[in-house]
Amino acid sequence: MKEEKIIKQVSVFVENKPGRLAAVTEKLYEKGINIRAFTIAEAGDFGIIRMVVDKTDEAYKVLKDAGFTVSLTNVLGVEVKDEPGGLYSIAKTLADANINIEYVYAFTFGRDKALIILRVDDISKAIEVLEKENVLFKGKVE
Amino acid sequence: MAYSDKYWQKEEVLPKKELESLQLKRLKWVVKHAYDNVPYFRRKFKEKGIHPDDIRKREDITKLPFTTKEAFKENYPFGLFAVPKDRIIRIHTSSGTSGKPKVVGYTSNDLENWINMVARCMYMVGVRSRDVFQNMVSYTFFTGGLGFHYAAEKIGAMVVPAGTGNTERQIRYMIDFGTTVIHATPSYAMHIKEVAESLNIKPDEIGLKIGCFGAEPWSNNTRKRLEDAFNIKAFDSYGLSEMNGPGVAFECEEQNGLHIWADHYFVEIVDKNGDPVGEGERGELVLTPLTKEALPLIRYKTGDVTFIMDDECSCGRTHPKIHRILGRADDMIVVRGINVFPSQIEHVLMQIPEVGDHFQVVITRNGSLDEITVKVEMRDEVFTGELSDFKRIQSKVQRELYKELGLRTNVELVEKGTIERFVLKAKRVVDLRDEI
Repeated sequence: MKEEKIIKQVSVFVENKPGRLAAVTEKLYEKGINIRAFTIAEAGDFGIIRMVVDKTDEAYKVLKDAGFTVSLTNVLGVEVKDEPGGLYSIAKTLADANINIEYVYAFTFGRDKALIILRVDDISKAIEVLEKENVLFKGKVE
Repeated sequence: MAYSDKYWQKEEVLPKKELESLQLKRLKWVVKHAYDNVPYFRRKFKEKGIHPDDIRKREDITKLPFTTKEAFKENYPFGLFAVPKDRIIRIHTSSGTSGKPKVVGYTSNDLENWINMVARCMYMVGVRSRDVFQNMVSYTFFTGGLGFHYAAEKIGAMVVPAGTGNTERQIRYMIDFGTTVIHATPSYAMHIKEVAESLNIKPDEIGLKIGCFGAEPWSNNTRKRLEDAFNIKAFDSYGLSEMNGPGVAFECEEQNGLHIWADHYFVEIVDKNGDPVGEGERGELVLTPLTKEALPLIRYKTGDVTFIMDDECSCGRTHPKIHRILGRADDMIVVRGINVFPSQIEHVLMQIPEVGDHFQVVITRNGSLDEITVKVEMRDEVFTGELSDFKRIQSKVQRELYKELGLRTNVELVEKGTIERFVLKAKRVVDLRDEI
């Protein structure tokens, strides 16, 4: 049941200029879509807004209809304690299994937890090793 | 009435020898007509020490002076007309140099000839009386609107004089009226495709069969995209208002070169110095209208770059073929000493599936070095959400452009829909360099 453990990240292509992030988030706001985790990867004149939202399919559709270039990307969510060594244990687990992390971003939630969003080169192997550590995010992104 | 089920007029298949002797006869007439009736031409002839009687064989045309678009400015508005104003029954204008439009005029015979030439073209690509023809170019001042309009009526097709703009209505009418033939600029046709798709209408299910496209340079790859998008056969149309308008040359079913109507136009290809180029070499197209009563331009430099293609066409027409226009002699941009035609860039981009149908070239100067930046839109399908997508596309476009142009370019990816769509003629090159 690996599918269930995969989180769909919404990736949006935007030019790096004033107002573009506002344009994207306005569309989500209008539909009452909540952003749970968020980062921007920039490369000079343009960038990619990456986010995990509560209503993924709806977010994809509203952005696509608004004319944005958007795609869904498979990522993993890992839940760790918000304390020293949290990320380290995950990174080490993946390193030992020779899995490369392409990018990662995180946010804290509740009082003492952090959710780490991971994009890796071998997602099914990553699920396997992280399952063993019992750290994969099990809840729903809501 | 059509001459046969294949040809609109019998002149289309006139044996070559007869065509050439007809040309000579008409050349003599037009040279004398211009000399006798237009003071500007008489003066130019005298400056060159040439008299109409000196034209004895076809080759003698090279003794005559060229006419350029400057002549229109100098003789604005009616100074080039060779008949009294009361014999002119229509004028058209097109943009000229220094804000003065080029004014062109037609006698009743001129219109008759012109409309028959456009009808030849439309008949050649398969337009018949059963067709519904939607004419999506401007009717105001521009020759493209009325030129096609009257020719389609002459063939007996049902004409929808749609003009430009209001794209959603255009699409609705196509469906409601059962349009089978369209005439538009290629960039407007691509725009129609996008709008149709946004309305959840499949462009290839509209029912179109034939597309006539002109007024801006376009490539074979754009042809393929148009044909696939609308499920049509797309044909290149060439004309200029100084030579009546559309219908000067047009592709036949072979879609390989445009037949130029040699009984009405004398064709020359010249190099930068105005000397004839070698056989099959590219150069500027120079035309002399052989039957124009109102506006007998002698050796008019069109500014369009092309070459004459090999003889003999499977369609049976005896009129020579020119290659689709390669660029404008004056549109050519010189970047770091290298000649670049926007059509070359289009050609490269259309072969790269990752980029969209629209592009823009911006030229800037950084210190003393010219910089050329090509803005392209990325296609949705290739975006996977990774930065590497961009790098891969950018370097691919860069590499392909380098192969074609021999120039390093900056490639900028822009959001879909941000490159302006133009209805009439796409402004694809923005030159921001200061004068040196």
